[in-house]
Amino acid sequence: MSERVAVRKTYKLFIGGKFPRSESGRSYLVQDSNVSLASRKDARDAVVAARAAVKGWAGATAYNRGQILYRVAEMLEGRREQFVALGVPGDEVDAAVDRWVWYAGWADKLPQVYGGANPVAGPYFNLSAPEPTGVVAVVAPESPALLGLVSVIAPAIVTGNTVVVAASPSAPLAAVTLAEVLATSDLPGGVVNLLTGRITETAPTLAAHLDVNAIDLAGVADPELATDLEARAAENLKRVLRPTPADHDWTGDPGLGRMTALLETKTVWHPKGV
Amino acid sequence: MMFEYAPAPESRAIVDIRSSYGLFIDGKFVDGETLDKTVNPATEEVLAEVTWAGTQDVDRAVRAARKAYDKVWGPMPGRDRAKYLFRIARIVQERSRELAVLESLDNGKPIRESRDVDLPLVAAHFFYYAGWADKLPYAGFGAEPRPLGVAAQVIPWNFPLLMLAWKVAPALAAGNTVVLKPAETTPLTALLFAEICQQADLPAGVVNIVTGAGDTGRALVEHPGVDKVAFTGSTEVGKAIARSVAGTGKKVTLELGGKAANIVYDDAPVDQAVEGIVNGIFFNQGHVCCAGSRLLVQENVAEQVLDALKRRMALLRVGDPLDKNTDVGAINSAAQLARIRELSDAGAAEGAQRWSPPCELPERGFWFAPTIFTGVTQAHRVAREEIFGPVLSVLTFRTPAEAVEKANNTPYGLSAGIWTDKGSRILWTADRLRAGVVWANTFNKFDPTSPFGGYKESGYGREGGRHGLEAYLNV
Repeated sequence: MSERVAVRKTYKLFIGGKFPRSESGRSYLVQDSNVSLASRKDARDAVVAARAAVKGWAGATAYNRGQILYRVAEMLEGRREQFVALGVPGDEVDAAVDRWVWYAGWADKLPQVYGGANPVAGPYFNLSAPEPTGVVAVVAPESPALLGLVSVIAPAIVTGNTVVVAASPSAPLAAVTLAEVLATSDLPGGVVNLLTGRITETAPTLAAHLDVNAIDLAGVADPELATDLEARAAENLKRVLRPTPADHDWTGDPGLGRMTALLETKTVWHPKGV
Repeated sequence: MMFEYAPAPESRAIVDIRSSYGLFIDGKFVDGETLDKTVNPATEEVLAEVTWAGTQDVDRAVRAARKAYDKVWGPMPGRDRAKYLFRIARIVQERSRELAVLESLDNGKPIRESRDVDLPLVAAHFFYYAGWADKLPYAGFGAEPRPLGVAAQVIPWNFPLLMLAWKVAPALAAGNTVVLKPAETTPLTALLFAEICQQADLPAGVVNIVTGAGDTGRALVEHPGVDKVAFTGSTEVGKAIARSVAGTGKKVTLELGGKAANIVYDDAPVDQAVEGIVNGIFFNQGHVCCAGSRLLVQENVAEQVLDALKRRMALLRVGDPLDKNTDVGAINSAAQLARIRELSDAGAAEGAQRWSPPCELPERGFWFAPTIFTGVTQAHRVAREEIFGPVLSVLTFRTPAEAVEKANNTPYGLSAGIWTDKGSRILWTADRLRAGVVWANTFNKFDPTSPFGGYKESGYGREGGRHGLEAYLNV
């Protein structure tokens, strides 16, 4: 009896909850697999999908968002071996699962920690509350492939932002597999959109895009590219998270910074009286 | 019946303006390269000569700030920094009349506003942040938040001393030193503040004030020795600053323009709403980044609201800023007056209907009558561009969803107003407005504990409150 012929997987982009090939019809080879080489048009399509998802996701209750992020952790846990087979160390997968759990819990706590009532000197009710900034473009860290990616996506979406993330060009298989996890976690389509390919091709389009509200340059290693992207982002005053140093320890306590950098504080006043 | 008002001028004798001012660097007034004049916009009278700082002057100021940060202010315990800030707050209160008169002379704003709004808020800001100086570990940014170093601060002319307070108080409380550039048309209260720093025995170099125009500001912002840039002003300049700091690692906060919607629903009490509309757009001659410059009124009450608004506008007293009865003072400069005129002319040319109450304007100085445009569409320039003057654009809507859609249809997102008697509608609307400050059944309220700042192209970062500290800490 002949050995069974394996069914190979096609690694495609993740846009609006679907897995399309690049509209450019291009791919590149990583670990013997063809991976979509995203074009500038794919980046723009991803922004459209991310924008369309903002209303529903930002409008969802914090409890609901927390539940969905926890569901992502459950799905990722179940696929542990698949990531190991792609070369992601087991303890990194564990850390990535734990990170989803950690951020899931923040959904309904951050507004309490980061907002609150302000004791103004007058007869007014005055309350500050954080809100998502909108569509966030993210350049994922080059490595660690999975933990780095999770560590930039989770803090952006837990508060209600939607993201377009450019995956690490050298580690797209784990990224696309994570997209499959997201697609089966009740996360609405378009909340996370994933582009594989060259950062130099997609990131400038995202940085200059006028319907993107913030950009996280975490994985941009080249200082000149980082400067160029930050300068492009100035055109519509995107919130900018600057590159993360290459020696950053992604296993450490993430803190609140990645979440709060992608939030807007809204303060509402109302007179008190009878 | 109309009441006649007798003039009630505030005396300007209380303030002693020097004929010429240097730059305030390292605790002393020093000479710079070139001199220019600052005028009273209500009379065009020259008030004083001020120095315009060149690149070398800016460099001197940054080096003085660095030295003070390294040697004195950085190592100083928070409780001592607090005491200096409390001292400053007290001196501001003690000299508040003098500061208010000087502000109205240099800026053109009514003495009623500088006396009752600007100065109390300035003192309150220093009091508020003074108290934070020794409590930073409790501010929610970790156990040991650190200052950034030298802060470059560039402020506008609409609330000269108040914007100084918004910048200087949190920076110093957090342990930074500052180099501040006031606007070229309103440098005088900042220079008097420099004297207050001397009077408070604030260590030399902790606060440096360099006067000048755009070139001075650019030299300051781009100086490699600054760690932090804080700017309040136009969105155009804000974008240029965001570009110029790209790749430098400088932390930036920007508080920029606005085109706020003031939404009046059909169940709003008309008289209260009209007071809010007037306060929203004619406060400080409309020279307010968060001014309610787009009135969105529900169609079925539009006529009633506009009639009441016109009646109210006819009672506004435009004139001498030092007269205690004055409601609307002078436009700050000839250049700003030209911009207001240009945009207003465009409004008329594009087909909107222009109306101003009968109102006699002084012959000398820079003046613009309170003006409203009706029949405005979202495509009109007067509905899209920030006018920064006493000019209101009136649009209508039928449903709450349409009101929100129109309110958010702008690249800006600084503030908004909501007028309705229904609580759930306030909260529903406030949730959907993309703006950093939402005033419901009130407008243009400010407080040092209340974070202020915008969404979208109105800038980033917040000033005021616990949030305002974040801009000056390495968090």
